[in-house]
Amino acid sequence: MSTATNTHQPIAKSQIMDWLQAVKDPEIPTISLIDLGVVRAVELDEATGKVTVELTPTFAGCPAMDYMKRDVERTLLAHGVPAVEVNISLREAWTSDMLTEAGRQALRQHKLSPPPFIGNQVFDLDFLEYAECPNCQGHNTELRTPFGATLCRAVHYCHNCRQIFEQFKPV
Amino acid sequence: MDPKLDLLYRLADDQLILGHRNSEWNGLGPILEEDIAFSSMAQDKLGHSLQLYTLLHQLGETEPDTVAFTRNADQFHCCQLVELPIGEYDFSLTRHFLFDHAELLRFEALAGSSYEPLAQVARKLRGELKYHALHANTWMKRLGTATDEAIERMQRSLDFTLPYALGIFEKTDAEAEIISSGLFVGEDELRGRWLESISKVLSQTALQVPDVLSLTPVFGGREGQHTEFLQPLLDEMAEVFRLDPTADW
Repeated sequence: MSTATNTHQPIAKSQIMDWLQAVKDPEIPTISLIDLGVVRAVELDEATGKVTVELTPTFAGCPAMDYMKRDVERTLLAHGVPAVEVNISLREAWTSDMLTEAGRQALRQHKLSPPPFIGNQVFDLDFLEYAECPNCQGHNTELRTPFGATLCRAVHYCHNCRQIFEQFKPV
Repeated sequence: MDPKLDLLYRLADDQLILGHRNSEWNGLGPILEEDIAFSSMAQDKLGHSLQLYTLLHQLGETEPDTVAFTRNADQFHCCQLVELPIGEYDFSLTRHFLFDHAELLRFEALAGSSYEPLAQVARKLRGELKYHALHANTWMKRLGTATDEAIERMQRSLDFTLPYALGIFEKTDAEAEIISSGLFVGEDELRGRWLESISKVLSQTALQVPDVLSLTPVFGGREGQHTEFLQPLLDEMAEVFRLDPTADW
């Protein structure tokens, strides 16, 4: 085994991205960190095989950050990457628009309403109050409280199916 | 003090101390949603203070935990508003409303700061602070238009809290340099924007807003002068940390 690390095989960047797809959010196991948009940069040093990953938190006080960092390190090292460095940065502050389409689908699978795409629209209070019900896809919904079980979730009520549901907050 | 350090200590200490106060509602909220809301805002604010103490650390100050947990009250630069005990829910809500409107506007302005690391943090925090302002507005409007008792309690809280809220905008010796170097637009400018912002919400309630600028602000916090309530808060907050400051958590 030691020879494998001594003479490292060149690894393609696409291979690293595939491996990172397997690293999921610790609290929403259907979504990968890449589709969540928290992986902001991946750099591969061709000479040494070292991989540097830049992560950014969804919310500044997110307690899962250290866990995500260790999970990325563990996963890449387990695949034989010789050295891994994970940095947490606010260089590009996370917004919910960084969620990929696959990520939005993964949130729905977990019965979380994905945040509406903000783009250039005015991010006002109407925006925060809107959510699509993940159970019946109804739009006749009401914001019950902007704070939920975790910092990134708000709680809404669907008047169609009369269910409380959680939304991944637009931010 | 260096203008950057001066500004960062005020911002960070406000966040830490109000974050701790908010956490005292954990398990005591008048309804479950409010228990969760104040606990969530506590977690946000502790996260915000960590970002700001980290900037201070990058400028040569000591580690965030050491700065947060080993200073005494007279070394804190928070305004006195944030250190007052949580009291009844009407006071905590009013403080949250008055403080978070200022905070949202402050970080919106800081997103354009000439000090890029702070601008980056501000661009992150402002989106989160919108939720704090939304939450405060919802309840101010609800209780400010509810029963006579609710309106009377909210009015009493507003009258009591406003002079302390004006203490948010206490200037330090570094103010002129903070503005001229493009670090921040300044406390007077912020206070103007804040007044407009809170007035817009309060005008939708039955609450009477006094002539705010004629009130005498409660100053002193930015210079390390605090109420009797800050030191006991610090003792409690740091109790576990001080048992073994070198422990690895």
